[in-house]
Amino acid sequence: MKTDDLITMLATGNVAVDGPPPTQRYAASIGWGALGAGLLMLLLLQIRHDLMQAIMLPMFWVKIGFVASLAAAGLFAALRLSRPGAKIDWVPLALGLPVLGIWGVAAFALIEAEPLERSKLFFGETWKTCPLLIALLSVPVFAAVMRTMKNLAPTRLRLAGFAAGLLSGAVAAVVYCLHCPEMGAPFIGFWYLLGTLIPAGIGALLGDRVLRW
Amino acid sequence: MRGLAGDNAAYQTFLTQLSAHLRSFLRRRLAGLPDDIEDLVQESLLAVHNQRHTYDSDQPLSAWVQAIARYKLVDLFRRRAAHEQLNDPLDEEMELFTTADAEAAEARRDLNKLLAELPDQLRLPIVHTKLEGLSVKEAADVSGMSESAIKVGVHRGLKALAAKIRGVL
Repeated sequence: MKTDDLITMLATGNVAVDGPPPTQRYAASIGWGALGAGLLMLLLLQIRHDLMQAIMLPMFWVKIGFVASLAAAGLFAALRLSRPGAKIDWVPLALGLPVLGIWGVAAFALIEAEPLERSKLFFGETWKTCPLLIALLSVPVFAAVMRTMKNLAPTRLRLAGFAAGLLSGAVAAVVYCLHCPEMGAPFIGFWYLLGTLIPAGIGALLGDRVLRW
Repeated sequence: MRGLAGDNAAYQTFLTQLSAHLRSFLRRRLAGLPDDIEDLVQESLLAVHNQRHTYDSDQPLSAWVQAIARYKLVDLFRRRAAHEQLNDPLDEEMELFTTADAEAAEARRDLNKLLAELPDQLRLPIVHTKLEGLSVKEAADVSGMSESAIKVGVHRGLKALAAKIRGVL
């Protein structure tokens, strides 16, 4: 086929852009993914029994605020990385701010605490399972977000896979907040972050193969 | 711009100008592989068309197009590297004899042939609406498919075509 024939073919029929814009596609995939993560949590784990008391505490909202802003930064990164030629200069800053924020709170908590209490603030009761459970809950979001991203046009596949993984990990962490009994900022700043970095790492590894278009 | 709003003539003009830009962009970077230039021009045009929903009008068009062309170029190099690992070196000598001096607008890869390999529910919508120029409704009547199946078929068919291109070197 000659190039001119291909052009004629492409320009024939309906050429208007169809389908929802990227933001809506991501919103839908995050919504469905979060629903899946929620169901998974209800099946495998359960909602923390003292949730009603916990939502009265400021620390609960600091925790939600951290993971939600990490998810927002991940979405920003994913949107930029799935559009060819879009600027990504602000992505590192967007991802860094929530992390620096929680580390600030964590440092303050550690300095204020009695020396003997410090390791308890860091390890809590559930440090062994927390990152793995977040990674597990991220699976439905991960699948949905990767699919959305593949249907857009990422040109830096590893970075795009990383952003998609981070986004799904952070969304899963928001869901996990409803189960997790931990309230120490040092715990959240390390183990929650590790939990979101697991799917991010997997995304970066798979990006090259899975996201090609 | 008007092309994305549904103006076919404007879109055709845009693609024609774009193909000239792509050809000169790729010719500079593919000096060692003259046979692949036109293939890659076509592949990039198809990618621009299939991925046109990722263009944001706030963004410079040139940056968007160039990122796509560059991505397809890198993708080609990666495929070639994988291909050459799997094939014995005899292939390389053979390539000396297959260098084309035919006109630039003739690609080596035949998209018609790849199109023919698509399953009917993807191929017929493209043939009717894109090659024969029928409206969606006419195409639905001719093929006995529903109108939404035609629309979806065109969209998925062009994506499947792009995927087939990636499959063959």
